[in-house]
Amino acid sequence: MSARTHALRPDDILCFTTLRNERVRLPYFLKYYRDLGVDHFLMVDNDSSDGSLEYLMAQPDVSVWHSAASYKRARFGVDWLNWLQMKYAHGHWALVVDPDEFFVYPFCDTRPIRALTDWLDASSIKSFSAMLLDMYPKGRIDAQPYQEGQNPLEITSWFDAGNYVIKKNAKFGNLWIQGGPRARTFFKDLPQKAPALNKIPLVKWDRRYAYVSSTHMLLPRGLNLVYDEWGGEKASGVLLHTKFLDTFTHKAAEELERGQHYAASMEYRAYAASLKDNPDLWCKWSEKYINWRQLEILGLMSKGNWA
Amino acid sequence: MSSVGIIMLVHTAFERAEQIARHWSAAGCPVVIHVDQAVPRPVFKSFRARLADREDIRFCRRHRCEWGTWGIVAATQAASELMLASFQNLRHVYLSSGSCLPLRPVEELIDYLAERPNTDFIESATTADVPWTVGGLDAERFTLRFPFSWKRHRLLFDGYVALQRLLRFKRRMPNGIVPHMGSQWWCLTRQTLAGILEDPDRGLYDAYFKRVWIPDESYFQTLARQRSQKIESRSLTLSKFDFQGKPHIFYDDHLQLLRRSDCFVARKIWPHANRLYEVFLSDKDSPANRTEPNPGKIDRIFAKAVDRRTRGRAGLYMQSRFPNPGWENGVTSGQYSVLQGFSELFEGFEPWFAKATGSRVHGHLFAPERVYFSGGQSVINGALSDSPQTRDYDPRGFLTSLIWNTRGERQCFQFGPADVQDPAWLMAGDPNAQISVISGAWALPLFRSNRDFATLRAEAAELQKIESEFLNVLRSPYSKARIRIWTMADFIENPMEHLQTIIDEIGFKSLRRLGEAPKMTDLTGFGQFLQNLKNQGMHPYLMGDFPVTGAPTGLHRPTPKPYLVK
Repeated sequence: MSARTHALRPDDILCFTTLRNERVRLPYFLKYYRDLGVDHFLMVDNDSSDGSLEYLMAQPDVSVWHSAASYKRARFGVDWLNWLQMKYAHGHWALVVDPDEFFVYPFCDTRPIRALTDWLDASSIKSFSAMLLDMYPKGRIDAQPYQEGQNPLEITSWFDAGNYVIKKNAKFGNLWIQGGPRARTFFKDLPQKAPALNKIPLVKWDRRYAYVSSTHMLLPRGLNLVYDEWGGEKASGVLLHTKFLDTFTHKAAEELERGQHYAASMEYRAYAASLKDNPDLWCKWSEKYINWRQLEILGLMSKGNWA
Repeated sequence: MSSVGIIMLVHTAFERAEQIARHWSAAGCPVVIHVDQAVPRPVFKSFRARLADREDIRFCRRHRCEWGTWGIVAATQAASELMLASFQNLRHVYLSSGSCLPLRPVEELIDYLAERPNTDFIESATTADVPWTVGGLDAERFTLRFPFSWKRHRLLFDGYVALQRLLRFKRRMPNGIVPHMGSQWWCLTRQTLAGILEDPDRGLYDAYFKRVWIPDESYFQTLARQRSQKIESRSLTLSKFDFQGKPHIFYDDHLQLLRRSDCFVARKIWPHANRLYEVFLSDKDSPANRTEPNPGKIDRIFAKAVDRRTRGRAGLYMQSRFPNPGWENGVTSGQYSVLQGFSELFEGFEPWFAKATGSRVHGHLFAPERVYFSGGQSVINGALSDSPQTRDYDPRGFLTSLIWNTRGERQCFQFGPADVQDPAWLMAGDPNAQISVISGAWALPLFRSNRDFATLRAEAAELQKIESEFLNVLRSPYSKARIRIWTMADFIENPMEHLQTIIDEIGFKSLRRLGEAPKMTDLTGFGQFLQNLKNQGMHPYLMGDFPVTGAPTGLHRPTPKPYLVK
């Protein structure tokens, strides 16, 4: 629709995103990643009806494609992004995030994202892990309305600090992480069905690479080895997941109707059921978000040997 | 013109290199720049043209500088020769790189060196004494040959090393010199440097070092030992290396640290660290009486980073630390106590034990029907839930998470044969665990219940079997926990003494003397209950011997003063 990719410079840091009806989130999303130092955004709009596409087309650093095809058939957006990445990301550092995900890495308050990618290059590291951390408000999810341009973390400022389950996936070599508020409330009795939280969103892309399922794992397998197995800690970050805004209740109902999500939208069905009676994810032991150092101390991410 | 000459090895970030070269030159230090041969000619030419206005900034012949190879030494030699030939009045020559940044006014460095006119600052240690080598090549750096690039032809490199080891190939040091190693960044006196470059045997040494691994860390370091009057074995350049032997990089947020380090020069600086360049290149007023560099605090930060990368935080399992079994450096993050049989034997044991030890005492965390957190909470630190399904999805992870989430507060919990047994091996093999078992106490709830005896009998047999397996785990050669096991009969002989031992080991210093003892459950008729089980053909043996009639010893006279005052 609006490809400004001819302007890409060889060392630009790229951000890849798919979205549907996220107009209200876009201004803050773009500002957040521009401030981190992302040079160009490549986005796929899945048939939004709320003006997302028009808004993105007006942005000077955004290339946007439009697709009316099924999200499910495109393997939840992975195929679109793999195609775009193969075409444009070769040789670039590529960050793949959703409009409700905010990437946090060690020293992100004092060092731009290029400091991280330069360090990864110097260390011969090709992929960087950032697990999904579900953020939620205190009180009902729909209690505080989100305003365009607002930092969603002002509302969804709480998270679960230490209830994560980790298993190793023998086939792809990645870790499979579950837990957090969704496992604690919606999947209490069926923890094995709780959504995966492991993500590898930042990769020095090569056209031979491919994401297998969302950004949970990649091929070739070596890229999934973002964890140390001999006792040490590799550097890692966190994706603050601000899904649980007031826009969510509405969205969950809509998504359920469309049935475009994984495993027959089982997750959304669980939400819709739980959300009706008790949409409060907050508990006495919820942790209030301060900064990346807090997440480091809690052991959710690590500086590794970056100092 | 000043008496200190600066050599700069440059291969990238030319704008920064230009800035630094001008900074040295403005302070009166002549500069010789070596640009890596790999840099394209037009880039090199425009860089040279930009600095053409400065008479005292020269460019020497270019060599290909690949990490770990001779090129870097050849470049340094070429630059040194040009330096000594072009500038006659130098007393010291300082080797630096394009990503070095002077942290103190250049005058201070000049004065510092002027006060030490005959001292060579070069880190230089024999191979036996340096622990910082990477890849297991220390003494072998000098005894093997290294014709292949480590970065580009890793397989050939490794293969050739293996082959030479197999053939027991060994090179001899020319003239019997002793190999020394140290930081690449030195500051030598004119005399020492000229001595090395004009040595009649230089051809011999060069031929030898051309096949040494990472000669830039050993060529000058070794030969300076032959020539120098006075060696200070340290580098004036602050340069820290990580566990892979690549330099740590400094960013804007290191500003205060670098300022307080009092070092003359630091590397590597991230080229986009605008604030560092801005501040240090314009800093004219220096705090008074700074003398010796003092990088202690920076050293600690980088040493910690290396430690975190190689050893990590004990008891932490997360997205970028998931150790293989046996490589955890501590399965859990802190000490905890596992108590088996105590809640069954004593009434109100948990609150009593919490008071006596100042720790958090949970009920049966691994009970099949629910997680019994202390105080009946449904969620606990870290938002860990009491759902048994969630716990059983990963029982070991549940325990390690609990201990991690409650760092700084000791956790105690009840365990027993009726519980999920998955964490048994983890606890037994964990030096952080203190496990105390009163064996056979599981029979007490059965004894007090009024259920159908046939059911009781089956349950008793099952529990005895499970507890017996648990005791085998505890007694296995793999167990590393602090373990105490009593039969119930032994324990009630002198309960307070045993409790005292457990409490003392936890090491909580109570300000107040604890007078009260926990109340033991009424055991009247327990002997008969055990006999009934025996009569049904189920032999309970884990609790020890109880007489059929009358009360067991120790029961009717609970020790009046359990806690002795010294």
